[in-house]
Amino acid sequence: MPAIVTKGLTKKFGDLVAVDHIDLEIEEGELFGLLGPNGAGKTTFIHMLSTILPSTEGTANVAGSDIRESADSVRASIGIVFQDPSLDNRLTGRENLDFHGRMYGLTKEQRDERISKVLELVGLKDRADSLVETYSSGMKRRLEMARGLMHRPEILFLDEPTLGLDAQTRRSIWEYIRMLNDVENVTIILTTHYIEEADYLCDRVAIIDYGKIIALGKPEALKDELKGDIVSLKVGEPEKYLEVLKGNELVEDGKIVDGLLHLRVDNGEEAIPKLIEVVRGRGDQVYAASLRRPTLEDVFIHYTGRAIREEAPENIAHLRARFWGRR
Amino acid sequence: MTAQAIYVLWLRDMKWFLRAKSRVISSIATPFLWFAIIGVGLNSMFQPEARYLEFMAPGIVGMTLLFSSTMSGISVIWDKQFGFMKEILVAPVSRIHIMIGKVLGGMTTAMLQGALLLLAIGLFQVIGLVDIRTPGVVQLLQIVVFMVLISVSFVSIGLALASVIKDPVAFPVVINFLIMPIFFLSGALYPIGTGALPSWLSSLARVNPLAYGIDGLRWAIYPERAQFSLWLDFGVMLAFSSVMIILGGYLFRKISA
Repeated sequence: MPAIVTKGLTKKFGDLVAVDHIDLEIEEGELFGLLGPNGAGKTTFIHMLSTILPSTEGTANVAGSDIRESADSVRASIGIVFQDPSLDNRLTGRENLDFHGRMYGLTKEQRDERISKVLELVGLKDRADSLVETYSSGMKRRLEMARGLMHRPEILFLDEPTLGLDAQTRRSIWEYIRMLNDVENVTIILTTHYIEEADYLCDRVAIIDYGKIIALGKPEALKDELKGDIVSLKVGEPEKYLEVLKGNELVEDGKIVDGLLHLRVDNGEEAIPKLIEVVRGRGDQVYAASLRRPTLEDVFIHYTGRAIREEAPENIAHLRARFWGRR
Repeated sequence: MTAQAIYVLWLRDMKWFLRAKSRVISSIATPFLWFAIIGVGLNSMFQPEARYLEFMAPGIVGMTLLFSSTMSGISVIWDKQFGFMKEILVAPVSRIHIMIGKVLGGMTTAMLQGALLLLAIGLFQVIGLVDIRTPGVVQLLQIVVFMVLISVSFVSIGLALASVIKDPVAFPVVINFLIMPIFFLSGALYPIGTGALPSWLSSLARVNPLAYGIDGLRWAIYPERAQFSLWLDFGVMLAFSSVMIILGGYLFRKISA
């Protein structure tokens, strides 16, 4: 049985359609990623699945229960780590876990057993009795993940689990996420706008934009769909050369991203000098050239014509304000 | 499971209370200063028979309960601010049980502070500054009942306001605006039932529920100056606290993180 099934799940905030008729099935035990720019609707989507937000339309079944009809049993069988911190800094790590255990109705024995187990898993055993306000941001994240697992949920939601962490801490959080997925045998659904995170961690990825899933599959499979290599060229008049080079037999597809020409070619190493020749033949210069294998970012660009990172910050602020305006 | 959730919400308030020593001291410092400075000062102005400090003693306990109870709503505001409210609200616990846990936590916190004030008054008694009746079992029970009724009422009001306000700066401002007139019109500082008071002031005080709560406390420690009948005090406070719990519960139901 799948861990999650959604049919036409939709959320509207006034005129804004944050999540637009999403149909999705997530298997038990999967490490599933929702990848998309800020404001794409990822958080709204998982907030509906975790019954924090009511849906506007459609249905969803989470761990065998309907999110509308049996919200309480959904809540009891999921764990969630929010994007923003949600720990009590004035309690110790252990007390935060104990609070959670009691809120979820665990007995004394269950709590003791789980607290020591999850602290062990996230490597916080020796700091368990310090106040959370003395923790580093990476430790807080790990404690939140541990807390999400306290009551043995079938599904764990992680909303932007490494947002705001430095590169090294991010790496270590990734290893913890993988290990939790293995050891605890819990289905994990994470949202992220970090390409590498989705690529490195997830069994399957749904790329989401403007509330819709635009691509779905294993990261490798998604990248393989874009055959060949991506060549980026910096030229004086990208629009002009986009037209010119799209006509070239070597080029399968082309787009302008951040003022650079992105060209999809079969064999990048051989194509670069030939493409440069074309530009020079017209009396212009190529100022820089680079070559890479397609990433999930290119998959996103392929479907949307935009890079994930180029989302305007004021749009994010607007969406967040709208969302949290319910407070 | 429900009892456990209510217990842990209460337990968390107790831990906060015990760990925030400076907050505890500052919250009882204000009523104590009222009693020790304003009370002693005014006392010297009146004839000794007026026994102003004895009159003021139950009022100052009521003041402590009023301030501490309404302010307990601030913990909800902070929980919203620091995200912990999401952790609470996503748990499989109904809003009404969360509300009950918060009411019990706020009530206990307020009553502990009220008890500290009673101890301070007892200290005044020991050094001979006041001469109140030493409460017996019945009076102690009476004190506890009225302390419970006062704190439950005003904790509910604090929670109701905290459910609709999200700005941690605005909350104390609103609370102060609300509790100052309630305190001044409560009969804590001067008698409200005598003919000497202008009728507009006396009428305003008579619609203030806290006046009955403080009168109930006064029955226990300085019954000579009680204004209303004890049963009226009890009835009004019971009705008021019930209505406030329902109002608080209604607004808290709609709380979001």
